[in-house]
Amino acid sequence: MQVNEYKPLIVAFCCNWCSYAGADLAGNNRADYPAEVKIIRVPCSCRVNPTFVLKAFQRGADGVIICGCHPGDCHYTSGNYYTRRRMAMLFSMLDYLGIERERTRLEWVSAAEGAKFAATMRDFVQKVAALGENKRLEDLRCKK
Amino acid sequence: MQRIGVFVCWCGSNIAGTVDVKQVAKALESEPGVVFSTDYQYMCSKSGQDMIKDAVRDHRLTGIVVCSCSPRMHEATFRKTASAAGLNPYMVEIANVREQCSWVHKDIIIGTQKAIILGRAAVAKVNLNAPLTPGESPVTKRALVIGGGIAGIQTALDIADAGFEVDIVEKKPTIGGKMAQLDKTFPTLDCAACILTPKMVDAAQHEKIRIFSYSEVSSVGGFVGNFTVSIRKKARYVNEDICTGCGACVDKCPMKKVPNEFNLGMDNRRAIYIPFAQAVPKVATIDPNACNMLKNGKCGVCAKVCTAGAIDYTQKDEYIEEKYGAIVVATGFDPISLDKFDEYAYNNSKDVITSLEFERLTNAAGPTQGKLLRPSDGKHPEKIVFVQCVGSRCSSCSEKGKEYCSKICCMYTAKHAMLTRDKYPDTEVYVFYIDVRTPGKSFDEFYRRAVEDYGVKYIKGSVGKIVPEGEKLVVQGSDLLNNRQVVIDADLVVLAAAIEPDKSARPLATMLTASMDTNDFFTEAHPKLRPVESPTAGVFLSGACQGPKDIPETVSQASAAAAKVIGLLSKDKLVGNPCVASSDELMCNGCSSCERVCPYGAITYEDKEFRMPDRTVRVRRVAKVNPAVCQGCGCCTVACPSGAMDLRGFKNDQIMAEVDAICK
Ligand SMILES: Cc1cc2nc3c(=O)[nH]c(=O)nc-3n(C[C@H](O)[C@H](O)[C@H](O)COP(=O)(O)OP(=O)(O)OC[C@H]3O[C@@H](n4cnc5c(N)ncnc54)[C@H](O)[C@@H]3O)c2cc1C
Ligand code: SF4
Ligand code: SF4
Ligand code: FES
Repeated sequence: MQVNEYKPLIVAFCCNWCSYAGADLAGNNRADYPAEVKIIRVPCSCRVNPTFVLKAFQRGADGVIICGCHPGDCHYTSGNYYTRRRMAMLFSMLDYLGIERERTRLEWVSAAEGAKFAATMRDFVQKVAALGENKRLEDLRCKK
Repeated sequence: MQRIGVFVCWCGSNIAGTVDVKQVAKALESEPGVVFSTDYQYMCSKSGQDMIKDAVRDHRLTGIVVCSCSPRMHEATFRKTASAAGLNPYMVEIANVREQCSWVHKDIIIGTQKAIILGRAAVAKVNLNAPLTPGESPVTKRALVIGGGIAGIQTALDIADAGFEVDIVEKKPTIGGKMAQLDKTFPTLDCAACILTPKMVDAAQHEKIRIFSYSEVSSVGGFVGNFTVSIRKKARYVNEDICTGCGACVDKCPMKKVPNEFNLGMDNRRAIYIPFAQAVPKVATIDPNACNMLKNGKCGVCAKVCTAGAIDYTQKDEYIEEKYGAIVVATGFDPISLDKFDEYAYNNSKDVITSLEFERLTNAAGPTQGKLLRPSDGKHPEKIVFVQCVGSRCSSCSEKGKEYCSKICCMYTAKHAMLTRDKYPDTEVYVFYIDVRTPGKSFDEFYRRAVEDYGVKYIKGSVGKIVPEGEKLVVQGSDLLNNRQVVIDADLVVLAAAIEPDKSARPLATMLTASMDTNDFFTEAHPKLRPVESPTAGVFLSGACQGPKDIPETVSQASAAAAKVIGLLSKDKLVGNPCVASSDELMCNGCSSCERVCPYGAITYEDKEFRMPDRTVRVRRVAKVNPAVCQGCGCCTVACPSGAMDLRGFKNDQIMAEVDAICK
């Protein structure tokens, strides 16, 4: 067994109405996924300001995932369409800055998709882990 | 600085099994702001809640973090506990250490570590929480229904029966909508007038219902519970209160050649007219484009023959302003224009008609008194071809047709074909179809009766061309099941034209800030769970304005919308969600970015005076969120380039603090 296995730090933003409920369902079904994933609840995926994502990377997160309702199912009808456009821009800009595409993800997870939530997180953590630590945006002043 | 209490729940062994709760409570004790930290078997139990209340008192807590199950389970519970202890309920945050921690991680060390981090994030957030109070607004106990078809009538009747006042605004001179033009209705074949006109009369006589016919909504202001609507009552040049509907004026009017829109132009009416015998209100209306008196000041016959003295050539449009608590849109549909479908020769031959025209031709009150006669020569047609899906389900012809299925055409075509064969068994009846869609109660049985009992010949395939040749219409089509071309020399062709929302719906939607889909059907707040509410609070949807519908569906939706309205109007005041957006007027530059993305039209602008350091006063345009309309999605906060817009309960600095706490 490997000692001191590298564990990435993942911040997940989940909209209250679908994805956060999907994460709860994963819990109800005891569908396990890595504990590296820490969820922040937002009312809608469109509440996620790109600066939150930047902040996470700056503070040493290795991957950021945003989960929202499926297109057409957003509790606020159109919020996730804005998210989709905003994040497409942000992710490609981050890519340009050296934050690889695999470190950022936008995923639609409904309240019924507990299994999908867990599977998505397993996959995401694995992909980010393969890339290793994010050093690109990390603000060293933030380190103790 | 806050004084925060942390309460870690064991949830029996649900949490404590894979999270060392004592260690979590200990670790969080040293977080900034935390003055008390403890754990307990069941925080949500009465003794758990009492423990929280005692701690609030003993430690003068200003904020609470509960590390427990999902906030979706017990956030409301702990908010109530906080309230009972004299704290603002929004000073509570939940760290989800069950569903999102103990239940998904098996290792107690890993689980404990994660629980501590989640708790830390919640503490960081509570440090920035502020007490929130939901806004309250009064409710005007009156509803407005826009559109007086069967949808609007049913909604109005249901609301009025519950004891609330309702106004119906109908743009035509009479209520009734499309259903008033229909003959018999599928699937039961009862006559439309027999079931509709009693409802029209009920509406007219209901003491709680006012009908503004020949009227339109000209502006809408306000928000849920408090709309202010201006209604334009168009001049009908007849005093509605005096006119008895006797029709003497109509008989004597010399302008006899005005196309009768109620019969879709298949016969004529006079310049002064009553659309049909059972019109509600049954009063005459003068068509200003046809009346000689109004155009040239010559005539005045109707005024002379009206014994009641109801004619008033000087009448002007009248504007009425009224307040409403709720608005129901019931503007219905119209068949599309077939001008661009040259292949069907609709504009070249009088004997190519639409299905709605067919309804009038078979209606006893129609232009032929219900005898099925060809419009061109009044002869009885021996061979009739019905064409379904004209302009429907047409992904390739978006410039003239519609991509969606109009839903009602399969059924009414089966009805038309069946009724024709029933009344005129000698007539040959063909139906061209792409599919026959009959997913309704007793619908498939109905269609099969047309085929099996009435011998209607269904041909799967499309019609390529219709060519008028002498008295005949040569219909060229394909028969896909037999893989051959067919040519039928028909006497009458009936086109099941696609249906679309009423043209006036788009400007109305803008006035109401209600959203529409690309086809101009009103969108519902949620396609599955809130099908009769529009995303705009206080605006509800009834009938075919939301999507193609037959009468049974229209009526169910109409009653559902009424139930929602009754629910709203039964409240004395509306208690809002306090987690709404608000903009810092000192930072706002009035750029409109937020307004553009708000799905609810919650954001408006106002000019604000600012005192400058040099004592001058400058006026600036700043954004203002209406807390009664805002639903708290937060979309605007991200759109705001100046960082002026923020969302209470999920403020930028709160979320940033959570990110920080997690990444520490
Ligand atoms: C040819 C044909 C045959 C049919 N046969 C059947 C059948 O047999 N059985 C069946 O169940 N269904 C049938 N239908 C469907 C049926 O007509 C509809 O389900 C029903 O009319 C929908 O009612 P509605 O009130 O939503 O719309 P509508 O009947 O269209 O009523 C809308 C009303 O709103 C008014 N309005 C529109 N815009 C405004 C505005 N801006 N301001 C004020 N007023 C406005 C209109 O003037 C109209 O009076 C048939 C439809 C067609 C076309
Ligand atoms: S939070 Fe959402 S609903 Fe509220 S004003 Fe902003 S965009 Fe509109
Ligand atoms: S987006 Fe921001 S700056 Fe622009 S109007 Fe709205 S609140 Fe003001
Ligand atoms: S509420 Fe889930 S994405 Fe908008």
